[in-house]
Amino acid sequence: MPGHLRNIGTLTPDEEKKIQKAKVCIVGCGGLGGYVVEMLARLGVGCLTVVDGDSFEESNLNRQILADTASLGRNKAITAQERVRAINPRVKVNAFSQYLSGDNSREILAGHDLVIDALDDIDTRFLLQETAEELNTVVVHAAVESWYGQVCTIFPGDRSLDRIYPNQRSLKKNYTNNSFTPALIAAIQVSEALKVLIGRGNILRKRVLYVDLLEQEYHFIELET
Amino acid sequence: MQDVRGQTSDFRLPTSELGVRFMHVKLKLFASLRNGRFKEKTLDIKEGSTLIELLQQFGIEKEAVAILLVNGRDGEFRQELKEGDVVSVFPPLGGG
Repeated sequence: MPGHLRNIGTLTPDEEKKIQKAKVCIVGCGGLGGYVVEMLARLGVGCLTVVDGDSFEESNLNRQILADTASLGRNKAITAQERVRAINPRVKVNAFSQYLSGDNSREILAGHDLVIDALDDIDTRFLLQETAEELNTVVVHAAVESWYGQVCTIFPGDRSLDRIYPNQRSLKKNYTNNSFTPALIAAIQVSEALKVLIGRGNILRKRVLYVDLLEQEYHFIELET
Repeated sequence: MQDVRGQTSDFRLPTSELGVRFMHVKLKLFASLRNGRFKEKTLDIKEGSTLIELLQQFGIEKEAVAILLVNGRDGEFRQELKEGDVVSVFPPLGGG
């Protein structure tokens, strides 16, 4: 039985076809992005673009699924591409081994049905939101830190990041993280992406799911427009 | 009940001896903002206090505040609080 047929029960045959034709761009292949790439490839999303200018280092080993002793020193996007090919050779995968910037964001994001924000830099998240809006593309945003994570699905015009980070432009910080928060939040992010692609289910539009794994609290915060 | 000055009162004092009026607000903190602070507390604060004045009493600066709600709706730092307001503060999460 081909692996993707295992999706039956979750996806209808028509939805299966939809995701086989879908093009998803994952920006950031670290803690969140590594898991997102893994899950989208196993779902059988037809075309993935992976973007990251960074290379794996020892400090990534505690949480980034693509970081291991063999990938240390290697570019994260190229490693993600190889991982997708190893999981599911039917998935077409493009890799950009550069950081998203004002110079390349349109070129990189154009032509995708959906963009995953798995970045770790708030300014670049705003660039992503802006470019995706220009390209009329949905962004599934997520961020993690320590025991906490958040997810929000942003349609063109929603500009939800303006509400999520009202005082944080240019904020530079090294975030601490662990093995389990990115895995959980990435899974929620993938479920959001899948629902947008198939047009079914309830999505986190104009509301944020804010997760606290220390206290096991899940808050849905409505964002006003 | 303990007010923001650390004083304990068994009953509400609408007007202090100096003529300053007080009101109750509830402050709810989330995620890492709870570290060294609390989850939620009902406080006696001066009437007319703004949101930022309330947060600064607990050492919470603007940059540490992402989503800020008053009674479940978007709050502004300069907003004057009212009797019975519930303030919820979520810190930014930025990592990937």
